[in-house]
Amino acid sequence: MKLLKILTAGVFAGVAFTAANASASVLDTVKQRGVLNCGTDNTAPGFGYLNTTTGQIEGLDVDFCKAVAAGVLGDAAKVKFITVTDKSRFDAVLTGQVDVVFAHTTIKPARESSIAIDFLPINFYDGTGLMVKTDAGIKKFADLDGATICTTQGSATETVLAAAFKARGWKDSKVLTYENLEKLFSALNSGRCNAMSTDKSALAAWAGNAPKPADYLILSDTLDKSPFGGFVAANDSKWRNALRWIEYGLFQAEESEITQANLAEKLKSEDPFIQKFLGSNGGGYGKDFGLSDDFMAQAIKAVGNYGEAYDRNLGPKTKMYLDRKGTPNALWTQGGAIYSPLWN
Amino acid sequence: MTIHDTSAIRGMAESVRSRRLRNRLRHAAIQLGIVALVVVLLGMLAYAVKAGLAEKGIRFSFSFLANTAGFDISEGLTLTSGEGFVPNLAQFSSEMSIASAFVTGIFNTAKIALLAIILSTILGTMLGVGRLSTNWVVRNLCFWIVEFVRNTPLLIQLVFWYFAVVLHFPPMASAAKLYGGLIVSQQGIYVPTLSWTGGASTLSLILITATGVSALGAIFDPIRGARRICVGAAVVCLGLLVATGGMIVNFPVANKFKASGGTSISPEMAALLLAVVVSSASFIAETVRGAIDALPKAQWEAAGSLGLSRRDTVNDIILPQVFRVVLPSFGNQYISLTKNTALGIAVGFPDLFNIYGTIANQTGHSLEGIIIVMASYLVLSWIISSSVYWANRRLNPMGVSQ
Repeated sequence: MKLLKILTAGVFAGVAFTAANASASVLDTVKQRGVLNCGTDNTAPGFGYLNTTTGQIEGLDVDFCKAVAAGVLGDAAKVKFITVTDKSRFDAVLTGQVDVVFAHTTIKPARESSIAIDFLPINFYDGTGLMVKTDAGIKKFADLDGATICTTQGSATETVLAAAFKARGWKDSKVLTYENLEKLFSALNSGRCNAMSTDKSALAAWAGNAPKPADYLILSDTLDKSPFGGFVAANDSKWRNALRWIEYGLFQAEESEITQANLAEKLKSEDPFIQKFLGSNGGGYGKDFGLSDDFMAQAIKAVGNYGEAYDRNLGPKTKMYLDRKGTPNALWTQGGAIYSPLWN
Repeated sequence: MTIHDTSAIRGMAESVRSRRLRNRLRHAAIQLGIVALVVVLLGMLAYAVKAGLAEKGIRFSFSFLANTAGFDISEGLTLTSGEGFVPNLAQFSSEMSIASAFVTGIFNTAKIALLAIILSTILGTMLGVGRLSTNWVVRNLCFWIVEFVRNTPLLIQLVFWYFAVVLHFPPMASAAKLYGGLIVSQQGIYVPTLSWTGGASTLSLILITATGVSALGAIFDPIRGARRICVGAAVVCLGLLVATGGMIVNFPVANKFKASGGTSISPEMAALLLAVVVSSASFIAETVRGAIDALPKAQWEAAGSLGLSRRDTVNDIILPQVFRVVLPSFGNQYISLTKNTALGIAVGFPDLFNIYGTIANQTGHSLEGIIIVMASYLVLSWIISSSVYWANRRLNPMGVSQ
């Protein structure tokens, strides 16, 4: 009977523990731990990619992880990158293995409604595209009737392709799914896949990093839009709000022309808006989110504003060569869709 | 013996009986207690899981199975209700339900497991016998194949077969065309099929019946000479059937992207089948070799002194005895082979586990999904082990090796 009592107590303690765990915000957990566990991809150039020359993981998603670590913990180095795949990323956040995931994830309702996650604001506007080998003689999506098109398992592209086939009444076309982009790309190279389909930015990255980029042709067709966002476990508004405003802050910094380079100078600014935004004169917005007053100054110090992070990872000076001009990824003042709510 | 003695004995018997009863009651009480404890613990565990899921905002329900899938699967059939609720098999398509997608996965897993069981038994027996061959080349070749395959991880073998072998087949445009329309290409291996065009003409019906009977004879006739005659007869009947137009051969025709006509094995399936068959065959070979070694040497000598050739000795004396002994360990191998097909995900073969991955991602119901997957593998393994048990009973009616 003693054993039974101990076991019962153990189980109830377990229940109580999970309940208690759920009620505490991840924000407090991260601060207590002193390290941010951030889920990223490591096979997506421009977003999360292990640079083999420097041995560092780099990309826009990686920079968002660093900005969050800097904003929450005051140090961009206090981040542990945990590799997630298209398939594992949701479970990683649900089980608490990671605190937040930035892994070029398409925001769509089915994910927020049936998986217990909350998305952060869109940090990149992409579209589902197709890439073929140049020598295959395929010029547009319509040429691919009856072809085998490959994508990654667990991606939004799987459903986009099925819908595209159905809309065109293509019966013989097949979707083949692989675990990751690396296998997908080698299947395209071998000729097993007539086309590789995923987000256009990833296609540009794989073509750009190939030994001979001219061997690949990215079709001009965009099958569907694909807005990317990070995500956190659902029902934790304290954590989600902190992250949302760090992200908006990076947008706002670009709009207010605060850069990594001029940050020191801006911290001395007499402009009350900038003082409040950077928390340079005490009394910023940080306290209300459970962060330090200078959380935005820390985040900008770590990665710069959104435009700087974009250009460093995806811009025309990189192999990705994705110019923001004329795309939704430009700041709203330049006709794009990168827009921060009012900081006031 | 006096009356006093008997009553004393009766008294003793009485006390023994009551002690036994007490023991039995105590035993039953302990058993009942354990069962109750397990039930309570399971209940509490289920409650804790449910509460934990609810806290995290995860709903536990199987209702998602009825939702539209919305994704495609590269190959595989599923059950659909045809006319008059008679289930029939149909190609999976994205407008079907998630439950249908699971059925497609089970179908693909069962298909590959069944093929692999048959092929690995044949190949494994050949390798096992080959290891005892008197021919130095054959013996050593079999030894090195078995050693190499048994000592490398299956996943690595699978990736090798897929990326280094199957994907290096020629592309469809320059696909190798072999004997009478067999196409070997990256898009798959296409073989011609036969289809029935004879209608109800008497000649065609007679010929198809003759083909069927001789095919059955070719497999089941106990005399080897008769089996050969049956094979010949089946080939001749089939040839006549095609010649008279009772059946036509559908040759695969290469198109721009793939071939139409005939039937095909996808590259993913070919690679998975190769990997699983070769690896299981090497384990089966060791079992067969061990069983042959365990037979008394006198069996070989006796067969030799009766004037049987080595081949006849193996076929008629050794293997029939070996199969009685090895069947249970074959069963184990079949079960582990079936579970190994879950590696199909590494090469994009849509087996049950692979399709579960897609479903879990598109719907978020990974816990419910994994329960279905585990239950399906459990049922498949049960079917295999009970079939092997049944076959073993048939082969060993007297209780040999049970």
